Amino acid sequence: MPGQETATDLLFVFMLAAFLGFQLIKRVSPLLHSPLMSLTNAIAAVVIVGAIMVTGEQATSPLARAVGFVAVTAATINAVSGFLITDRMLKMFRRKGE
Amino acid sequence: MNLLLDSFTIVPRMGVVQAAYLIASGLFILALMWMSSPKTARRGVRAGELGMLVAVIGTLIHHDVVRFDTIAAGVVIGAVIGVPMAFLMPMTAIPQRTAISHAFGALAVGLIGGVEYFRLAPVLPAGSFTLWALMFEILLGLLTCTASLIAFAKLQELMPTRPIMWPSQQILNLAVFVASIGIAVALAMNPASQTLFPVFAVLALVFGVLLVLPIGGADMPTVIALLNSYAGLAASAMGFALGNKLLIVVGALDGTSGFILAMIMCKAMNRSFTNVLFGGFGQVAPTSTGGGEQRSYRSMTPEEAAPSLENASSVVIVPGYGMAVSQAQHRVAELYEHLEELGVEVKFAIHPVAGRMPGHMNVLLAEADVPYDKLVELEDINPELPQTDVVVVIGANDTVNPSARDDPSSAIAGMPIIEADRAKQVMIIKRSMNAGFAGIDNPIYYNDNSSMLFGDAKKVAEQLVKELQELAE
Repeated sequence: MPGQETATDLLFVFMLAAFLGFQLIKRVSPLLHSPLMSLTNAIAAVVIVGAIMVTGEQATSPLARAVGFVAVTAATINAVSGFLITDRMLKMFRRKGE
Repeated sequence: MNLLLDSFTIVPRMGVVQAAYLIASGLFILALMWMSSPKTARRGVRAGELGMLVAVIGTLIHHDVVRFDTIAAGVVIGAVIGVPMAFLMPMTAIPQRTAISHAFGALAVGLIGGVEYFRLAPVLPAGSFTLWALMFEILLGLLTCTASLIAFAKLQELMPTRPIMWPSQQILNLAVFVASIGIAVALAMNPASQTLFPVFAVLALVFGVLLVLPIGGADMPTVIALLNSYAGLAASAMGFALGNKLLIVVGALDGTSGFILAMIMCKAMNRSFTNVLFGGFGQVAPTSTGGGEQRSYRSMTPEEAAPSLENASSVVIVPGYGMAVSQAQHRVAELYEHLEELGVEVKFAIHPVAGRMPGHMNVLLAEADVPYDKLVELEDINPELPQTDVVVVIGANDTVNPSARDDPSSAIAGMPIIEADRAKQVMIIKRSMNAGFAGIDNPIYYNDNSSMLFGDAKKVAEQLVKELQELAE
């Protein structure tokens, strides 16, 4: 069945993604370090995926559902405000005469 | 028969979910790739948004997700809070917003970890990989949450920005850390010890607070970057616990991003991670401010400063946190525009640690419509400074302190500085002669080519513009 990985598979993915991250981030201009941080923060809100799983399961207890609700809300705030603020910042960066 | 049908619907569905996660991972990677230049950066935001949408829709399709009311409520409330937050947030508050959003993200991670632990501990074998991953996730999530809240409180000045220290603080911190690790091991190895979970959660939360209390305001760029990294690693840990590769990839990208930024900040201060985290820098100051003879400095009014600026052919402006505090960026931008109209070549010298988060000055000046090709990095501006007619230092102090270069016994010795003192004339806009964050006296104030313009950065910049206008008439 797909989705059945061993711990080693997952560690492989982590290692490769971390190396990729180093290469990508090194190339980001220092000019954009604030928007970069804001963007990675928005992207990290993808933990909403886990929050949705916890909240939407049939067998979830009321307490777990309540906790899941808080997690979904918190992650949504980050995703929505994170992307919008990053774009707001980037919109302001102009070259001379642009 | 039913069972057979079920397995048919489940397999393609899982295929769709995995495909959605694969596409989302690719889009997030593209998003970071496009952040490399201001020309493509907004495309990066689009890619990120699309990635998020694909990931969320993919998860909603998942066969285990059957109840949508609570999820919908969370998303709607989150959007209702998030949208106004994004549009109303002033640019000077970006560091605080970043800190608080790290807290939100880490809280979500910690909470989900807790729920998963109580769900899985009874069914998983003791000491299984998933349990270890969950403990790591919860520990990182909860400590990052409270650490970010303290960082937020310091940045928002809800609490003192100076380092808060007491004797044997590091022993207490170590004890709390060791205790939480110990309980984490117990919880992972013996799932029956669930009653210890609240103790573990509280210790993790307390450790987060202890971690940031001894760190001063000006070290916040490093701390925010490091917390960014922790939030990413927590998301990765969650990916390990749930067997979700999308979360692992995103967490690793976020984790490395924060880590690299923190390293850049440390390098720009010539300090190590341990020194930033445990050094309590800026706390012991009185020796350098109290002792020594009163040295003489020259002060100047905006009226006296304007002609030198008008007659200069090149001017470099060095902004610092003081510009952000007095929200002077728009007045500074006006000053820039006036000088450019007069035919003066103006550039801005940006030190990596100027402000309260990486890239803080760039965002503020961009907000005030200063073109980004005028914002020059430390290494590129220094060779030009000896030929520069006037340097105007606005709310910066330690980043132009020549003792970092000249005095090996200085607390900031070896820190790369903007060599403002090498310019023909230096004007320093400053509220008073008080020492800066590092508590170190700054010899640049007493140089023959330096003059102090006392006052609030915003007001002085405004007066300079006015004087320049009068000269033009």
